[in-house]
Amino acid sequence: MALQNPTPSEYIQHHLTNLTYGYHPENGWSFAHGAKEAAEMGFMAIHVDTMAWSVGLGILFCWLFRAGAKAAHAGVPTGVLNFVELMVEFVDKSVKETFHGKSNLIAPLALTICCWIFLMNLMDLVPVDLVPYLFMVSGVEYMKIVPTTDVNATLGMSIGVFLLIVIYSIKIKGVSGFVGELTLQPFGKWMIPFNFLLEGVGLIAKPISLALRLFGNLYAGELIFILIALLPFYLQWFLSVPWAIFHILVIVLQAFIFMMLTIVYLSMAHEHH
Amino acid sequence: MNLNLTLIGQLIAFTIFVIFCMKYVWPPISGALAERQKRIAEGLDAADKAARDLESAKSQIEDELKQARSQVTELVEQANKRSSQIVEEAQDKARAEAEKILMSAQAQIAQDAAQARESLRADVAKLAIVGAERVLGATVDQAAHKKLLAELAEEL
Repeated sequence: MALQNPTPSEYIQHHLTNLTYGYHPENGWSFAHGAKEAAEMGFMAIHVDTMAWSVGLGILFCWLFRAGAKAAHAGVPTGVLNFVELMVEFVDKSVKETFHGKSNLIAPLALTICCWIFLMNLMDLVPVDLVPYLFMVSGVEYMKIVPTTDVNATLGMSIGVFLLIVIYSIKIKGVSGFVGELTLQPFGKWMIPFNFLLEGVGLIAKPISLALRLFGNLYAGELIFILIALLPFYLQWFLSVPWAIFHILVIVLQAFIFMMLTIVYLSMAHEHH
Repeated sequence: MNLNLTLIGQLIAFTIFVIFCMKYVWPPISGALAERQKRIAEGLDAADKAARDLESAKSQIEDELKQARSQVTELVEQANKRSSQIVEEAQDKARAEAEKILMSAQAQIAQDAAQARESLRADVAKLAIVGAERVLGATVDQAAHKKLLAELAEEL
């Protein structure tokens, strides 16, 4: 799709399409040209832009915090250590307020979620045309730089959380305890199928809601930036500046919500009913 | 909006980042934080202890000062007493000495007076004898009149 004077719908379509590499029934392993081909690839495809940006930002997070960890000492903190400690203490406080068990995983997990999602959300504040244009010039057709506007990214993380919920439930309560929790409440053993349906939906809803909340917020935010970008250039600042300022709140809040809900879900997995 | 392998890729990336964070990021930082917390607590404790020590040292100083003051007062009192005692003793001694001197002087005077009286009496007796010799024109026999002369001297 060469974008010479695109129509608004073409423009939006273009900005919402990932750079997809996958197995196409006709073309074999190749980059998809357009959303239609990407859809035809089905599951055997990968969003190269999402992966690259998210892994890059994850490495940035690891590098930054590793630098802090290497500099960590019990004396007076300086520089990057200050920031890293601030984040660690904030996360640690949030975890301790909600989660009362003992776990070496949950606090680092929460820290990773909070920082990584924040960094991915932060890409939303980069002007929507800038990076796609630069890649377009260098010959890459599609480039979506906000990984959290890709439902695969958010669902990938929330499935990770979901697996941890299941693992911890079984570890703490045993298989029978976990199964019992799913089937024997709220209505007792004569209503097992109904209980299972109810609790199963409740369990499945956790990762789905986690993923879709983050995805929905960021996708909507991105879409509005794209719509604003369709306006004449002399009007854009009038809308994009307030929206960007408001969005600063959204990106922090969504990262925080994802983290808090993860802690809450995992602390629920640790508790007996 | 297509679900595809990205999902798995993200899951793997997420797992790796979490494990990295768990292994290499969290422990040193939270360890350092805990260590610092401990140090600060120790520092505050030490400060408290030092304040308490200072307080007790102050009260000790106060006590010792009080004791020293009372000792000084006692000493001064003792000294005063002693000095008045010394003065009194000296006065007594002086008085006794004076009395003694007076007594000896009186005794000396009395003795001198007695001696003078004696010698006067002897002289008078001699004069009386000389007078009597002149009157009688004869020598008074000392031996014969010794008894008379002694009686005369007694009467004087």
